[in-house]
Amino acid sequence: MPARTSWIPYALIAPSVVFLAALFLVPLVQTIWLSFSAEDGLSLTNYQRMAGDLNFSLAIRNTFLLTLVVVPLQVVFALAMATMVAKLDKGRDLVLWVLTIPLGISDLAAGLAWLSLLQNTGYLNSALYALGLISGPVGWLSQETPVALFFAIVLAEIWRATAIVLVILIAGLQLIPKEFSEAAEIFGARPWTRFRRITLPLLKPSLQSALILRTVLAFEVFAVVYALGGRNFPVLAGEAYTWQNENQNYGVAAAYAVLIMAISLIATAVYLRVLKTHPEQLP
Amino acid sequence: MTHPVSLRTIAIAAAFFGGLTAVQAQETIFYSTQLRPIEEASKVRDVLLKGAPGKVTYVVDEPPAFAVRMKAETQAGKRTINVVGALHGELQPHVSADLQPIDDVVAKVADRGIPVNLMELGKLGTGQQQYIPWMQATYVMVANKQALPYLPAGADVNALTYAQLQQWAKAIVDKTGQRQLGFPAGPTGLLPRFFQGYFYPSFTGGVVSTFKSADAEAGWNAMKELWAVSNPNSTNYNFMQEALMAGEVWIAWDHIARVKDALTTQPDQFVAFPAPAGPKGRGYMPVVAGLAIPKDAPNRAGAVAVIEHMTKPETQLMTAAEVGFFPVVKADLPPNLAPGIKLLAGAVAATQGSKDALVSLLPVGLGAKGGEFNKVYNDTFQRIVLRNEPVKAVLESQAKVLETLMKDTGAPCWAPDKPSQGACPVQ
Repeated sequence: MPARTSWIPYALIAPSVVFLAALFLVPLVQTIWLSFSAEDGLSLTNYQRMAGDLNFSLAIRNTFLLTLVVVPLQVVFALAMATMVAKLDKGRDLVLWVLTIPLGISDLAAGLAWLSLLQNTGYLNSALYALGLISGPVGWLSQETPVALFFAIVLAEIWRATAIVLVILIAGLQLIPKEFSEAAEIFGARPWTRFRRITLPLLKPSLQSALILRTVLAFEVFAVVYALGGRNFPVLAGEAYTWQNENQNYGVAAAYAVLIMAISLIATAVYLRVLKTHPEQLP
Repeated sequence: MTHPVSLRTIAIAAAFFGGLTAVQAQETIFYSTQLRPIEEASKVRDVLLKGAPGKVTYVVDEPPAFAVRMKAETQAGKRTINVVGALHGELQPHVSADLQPIDDVVAKVADRGIPVNLMELGKLGTGQQQYIPWMQATYVMVANKQALPYLPAGADVNALTYAQLQQWAKAIVDKTGQRQLGFPAGPTGLLPRFFQGYFYPSFTGGVVSTFKSADAEAGWNAMKELWAVSNPNSTNYNFMQEALMAGEVWIAWDHIARVKDALTTQPDQFVAFPAPAGPKGRGYMPVVAGLAIPKDAPNRAGAVAVIEHMTKPETQLMTAAEVGFFPVVKADLPPNLAPGIKLLAGAVAATQGSKDALVSLLPVGLGAKGGEFNKVYNDTFQRIVLRNEPVKAVLESQAKVLETLMKDTGAPCWAPDKPSQGACPVQ
């Protein structure tokens, strides 16, 4: 019996392996190859042009700034929302459904929705004007208001992508046996202590997945930034897009893509190491 | 029992698909980066292509996707497109690798009266014809009539200077508190064309050779003053018509196709007029779209028929009336044009007919580096105007980038730069 079934797992994962190889690995190798190729064979020319570009350091700074601000905030919000949802008896599904609506919206559409709120003739200005707080349209997203633009992007990103963290954390919370918490309660542990000493450590594997997913996606942030700020707020993926489409230099665009991948891989490795969970710590 | 049925089904299917491929062989696929919006594309399908021989399928795509598909079909060795319509600059990167010379078509459209200099552009710097001119456009300024009372004393809107434009916009700022001048400086806006076709020729009399001249330095200082009275949202604008219609901007410069909606929907609210003049004249840039045949096009005869049809004087006039691109052939525009198109035609005529007009031709010979050529002007603008870096130093460093680009491509100077032997020098 075991001899007969041994090939089944391989057969079952074969389609996805083939799929990944054809549509992920091949383009990946091609991109890396493209980023190192120049007119006279292999060279670092594309990387030199990338690093020498006027937007490069700005794009690095903006991408990291955005990731460092957005991801922790999203984890905090998602934790709060997840614990609240877990406590609900009635209407839990409805609340969860409402909270995850942004997940179903494409990021460009989300960016455009926020654009219609925040642009000069948008709803925010209309509301402020109606309240008599401003005398005319105020620009929030222009190149002259970088701070407001940054907060607008942070807001839109939090709105759009907190739900993915939430879903993962809720799944994780459901795996934690109630007995631990109940036992701690009997011994007189306060809610905060129970959260810190029981929920959080046991949630570590889920947190790790959520953080890896969100951080990698945050390094790739593009559509929301592009919709709200255009080129006013350069980010790495946006620069890759500009080099590919506007400047029509596919080599430098590939170099940006490889850089984003490298940063994502490093971030993932860091999370895997820092948030490592030993099997004996699991319930 | 099911055998005979399924065999028959297969036979029918085979006949059907066989027929389908036969039909496809007759079909001419016309692939275009122009006239993309759904209303314009249906005008092409239902009106402009009516009467073209055979079945023509009009397919549109964004310029970046166009570039990728042309190259991909070449690499795959499988061409599906028969005829392409795209801008001069969009066709340029495909010379020799993806396009076939069409000298024989020149003879066929010889009676159309396409001006020699336009036809010459279609060679894209090679010895052979690469495209046949299809449509023309240019850039104009559009103003909301609300802005007209603020015009500086003695200024004629049809003969503005850059200094007067600045005073005009400044007067609006002083009186209304709003910066109402707008430029398409967004990610897909055409601001680089403003620098190459308008700003540089007007201030320096050249585009490449005068890049870091003293005149250019003075020009960039004037540009900074102009920017100070321009709407800060300009770096978000791609098409000025939206900002004009929303009233966010009262005065704007853009491609005629990108202000057309404002003029056609509210012809009573807007005026159109030529771009301003600088110390060296009124620089302006024509835009030329061309029709070309890709290498190994499966239905070359159909492609030639489409080119012949689209360059007929009556089709050209219909093109102007329906989609607002102007003829490349000698043909008088009909008097019954829509009011908005009439405004545009008036501004274009005023530009071409102005005493100090200084035409700036389209770059030739840059090959695939057209995007990076634009980047030089965009980056210079970013650094000088948006980041307030010292003008002279920026011009020095960007001139080096430009010089390398010209040397790499070997592109000779084009008007208004003086003709050069070899690559256009940056002086």
